[in-house]
Amino acid sequence: MIRVNGEEKHLENEITLQDFLEQEGYQTGRIAVEKNGGIVPKSQYAETLLHSGDVLEIVSFVGGG
Amino acid sequence: MRFLKEEIQEALCLRHTPEIQERLDRGRVAVAGLGGLGSCVAVALARIGVGHLHLIDHDRVDLTNLNRQQYFMRHVGMYKTDALREQLLEINPWLDIRTDCVRVCEENIRELFVEDDIICEAFDVPENKAMLVNGILGQFDEKKIVSASGMAGYGNSNAIRTRKITDRFYLCGDEVSDSRNGLGLMAPRVGICAGHEANLIAQLLIEKTIKGEKRK
Repeated sequence: MIRVNGEEKHLENEITLQDFLEQEGYQTGRIAVEKNGGIVPKSQYAETLLHSGDVLEIVSFVGGG
Repeated sequence: MRFLKEEIQEALCLRHTPEIQERLDRGRVAVAGLGGLGSCVAVALARIGVGHLHLIDHDRVDLTNLNRQQYFMRHVGMYKTDALREQLLEINPWLDIRTDCVRVCEENIRELFVEDDIICEAFDVPENKAMLVNGILGQFDEKKIVSASGMAGYGNSNAIRTRKITDRFYLCGDEVSDSRNGLGLMAPRVGICAGHEANLIAQLLIEKTIKGEKRK
C-alpha cells in the first residue's frame, strides 16, 4: 500500500515510478513528484521503485499565468 | 518629484518596522515569467522594498495582456522586462533590479538563478512550470520555489490557496482551473493568485521557517 495525494493505493507488483505514472494517466511533462519529503528528479523516474509505505505527492500543473 | 534613498527607507520602516524592513532589503527574489502573475508579484515585492529583484521574460507586451497584466498602453510592443523595470523604478528608484530577456530552459537554469534565494514561478504553460520547479529543486540544494497552478476564470476566490509541498516548494492556486478549458485569465482571479505568491514570498523573507499544512 502506498499513499498518493492523500489516497491509499494498492500495488499489485513491484513497480517503477515511471510505470506507475503512466498507468495512472499522468502527463509526465507537466508534473512534479515528491516522495517521502523530497522531489524525485525526472531523470530518476524510470529507476525509482515504489515500496509499501511510500508517500507520494504528485503535483499536476494546469495552464495560466 | 525625487526622493532620497533615506527618505524612502524611512517611509518603509514606518510602515513595516526597521527589523522587518532589513529582512526585506536583503531579499533576493527572481520572478520567472512577467505576465498576469509575475508582473503583479513584482509590483507587490517592489512596493514593500524587497531589495534585489530579478525579472525574467523573453516576450513583448501585447494589447491582449492588458486585461490582467501590470502594463499600460504605452508599453505595448516593449519587452516586458523593460516595461516592468520602468514601473518598478517609479515605485522605488533605489531597488536593485536585474533583467534577463531570455527564454528559460533546463540548460540555463543553473546559470540564470545562481544569485537568487527565492524563485517565483509565474509561467503560463504547464510544461514550463513543471520544468522550472523540477529544475530549481533538482539543480540547487537551498533555493526555494513558489509556484502557481489554477487561477483561470472568475469567482470562487476562496478556492485559491497556498500549499506547502516540501520545505523548498510551495504551490498557490486552486490546482484545477486550466486556462485551456475555455476559461479566460482575468485580472481579479489571477491577481488573487499573484497575491498568494507575493504574500508567501514576503513571509519566507521575514520568517526563517514556515510551518506547513501538509496533506496527512
